[in-house]
Amino acid sequence: MTDGAIIEAHDLTKVYHVGDVDVQALRGVNLRVAPGEFLSVVGPSGSGKSTLFHILGGLTHPTSGSVMVQGRDLLRMSDADRTDLRKKTVGFVFQKYNLLPTLTAEENIEIARDIAGRPPRPEQFQGMVKLLGIEGRLHHKPRALSGGEQQRVAIARAIVNNPAILLADEPTGNLDTQNSQVVLDLLRRLNHEFHQTILMITHNPEAAAYSDRIVHMRDGRIED
Amino acid sequence: MRTLLSALAIGIQVVLMLTLVGVSEGMLRDVAVRSRGTGADILIKPPGSSILTFSSGAMPEGIVNKVRELPHVAIATGSLVHQVGNAFDAIAGINLAEFNQMSGGFQYVEGGPFTAPDDIMIDQVYASQNNLHVGSTLKFGVSWHVTGIVVPGKMSRMFANLKDVQDRYSAINQVSVIWVKVDAPKNIPAVVEELKNLLPDYGVWSVEDYVSIVSADNVPMLKDFTRVVIGIGAVIGFLVVFLSMYMAVLERTREIGILKALGASPGYVMGILLRETVLLAIAGMIAGIVLTYFARAMLTRFVPSFPTVMVYAWWPRAGLIALAAALIGALYPGFKAARQDPIEALSYD
Repeated sequence: MTDGAIIEAHDLTKVYHVGDVDVQALRGVNLRVAPGEFLSVVGPSGSGKSTLFHILGGLTHPTSGSVMVQGRDLLRMSDADRTDLRKKTVGFVFQKYNLLPTLTAEENIEIARDIAGRPPRPEQFQGMVKLLGIEGRLHHKPRALSGGEQQRVAIARAIVNNPAILLADEPTGNLDTQNSQVVLDLLRRLNHEFHQTILMITHNPEAAAYSDRIVHMRDGRIED
Repeated sequence: MRTLLSALAIGIQVVLMLTLVGVSEGMLRDVAVRSRGTGADILIKPPGSSILTFSSGAMPEGIVNKVRELPHVAIATGSLVHQVGNAFDAIAGINLAEFNQMSGGFQYVEGGPFTAPDDIMIDQVYASQNNLHVGSTLKFGVSWHVTGIVVPGKMSRMFANLKDVQDRYSAINQVSVIWVKVDAPKNIPAVVEELKNLLPDYGVWSVEDYVSIVSADNVPMLKDFTRVVIGIGAVIGFLVVFLSMYMAVLERTREIGILKALGASPGYVMGILLRETVLLAIAGMIAGIVLTYFARAMLTRFVPSFPTVMVYAWWPRAGLIALAAALIGALYPGFKAARQDPIEALSYD
């Protein structure tokens, strides 16, 4: 790992086999993210940004190149190692929120701690839900929450285990302008006040403007 | 709804087991009660006869006289139990005077004892099940005229004169069981030994020994039948849970993807499904026990000659069989869920 980098990728490639056809999703990505940085990855559909998100989050393995996340080489990771990475090192925020519909907001957040095998920490929990402005909505199921509230619950779930990296995939993609602003303000606050490293994928330049740095992807590569 | 139906199907598996065991046990206990109801101390059955019924096999009536000659024998009377209609209906040909002397006599609810050759007495259970009264006619190859309805609990549900049963069913001078009353209970073992020496190939038991050996485990056919029904029940439970959990895994593909994205290991996902299966099996077990009471009430109402009991010792056994079948049924769907690719699962709508 280069000094100071929390994510470092060199010549990263990913090939998907779809039937008899090989689809080259990443064609040699080079990327360096410093701890505490808020980085936006912007690009059109099919540019490979979601694939990059999946690899950095340990949801899939790269084909070649090297990618280090907090000093761990993702290319050499087994399935169990990648599960461990998702449990302890990265937190996800998705465009569709992806909350479990049968659980309340509070249970949706607590299940992330349960999966990580960590006991609940009520004080930290209360501070976090207050920061996110969802303290009055904890006993509601997702269907009773607005899109903005669901996304704030999803952010709470993503950060409840204090991950080193927060990966957000189009976090405002399903939200109106007002709720988008609330969510983006929250992400920026998490970054500024708690030095949370955030890597956000978006195609919205206004959303990207909230970050410290923007990189553009096209055809499986990061453009200079 | 799917969960409810699955629990109900597991419940039916439990009902199958508990009702079958309840009917078997109930009938065996009924045999015990009716054996004791004769007032006899010892019974003798012909060689090779079934342990469960009094109607199988036949022996010469002359043996009764030989038995009477033994020391300490107070009463010995032969009965010819002739099976009629279905497998559970039988007419017992008895010597009424001897049988009354031994058993203390019948209690008549309606009518009185048989006198004519085609007269028959029936017990209350048989009368109510078949809506019969004094004066009714029964046809079992030959016609019988009901003269009395008696309180149940003495050997059979239908009684006629021994000689008439022998004549009408071509079993002249034959009996299928001999009941023996001993002068004092302390002499029962000695008389049993004497009888075994006198009749080496015959079945000779004290009534209490007979009652204790009449259990499902000692009736090979019943034991096998019980095993087969339990096996069928277990297969039903397995298939129900397999389909239910398979559907659950399909329905929850996206949720499983979310859990895996959060770092849930295959074991964690499998654990959730197995816990759910255990809850489903417990719900099914409770439903099964409740439904077994319902089935028992239905049997008692519509087929009172099928004495059904609730065998509590079988609750945990039936529960464990249902649970094991359910867990085996959940294994493949659980494995499929645990191996789910998180990206594919998250893109599933």
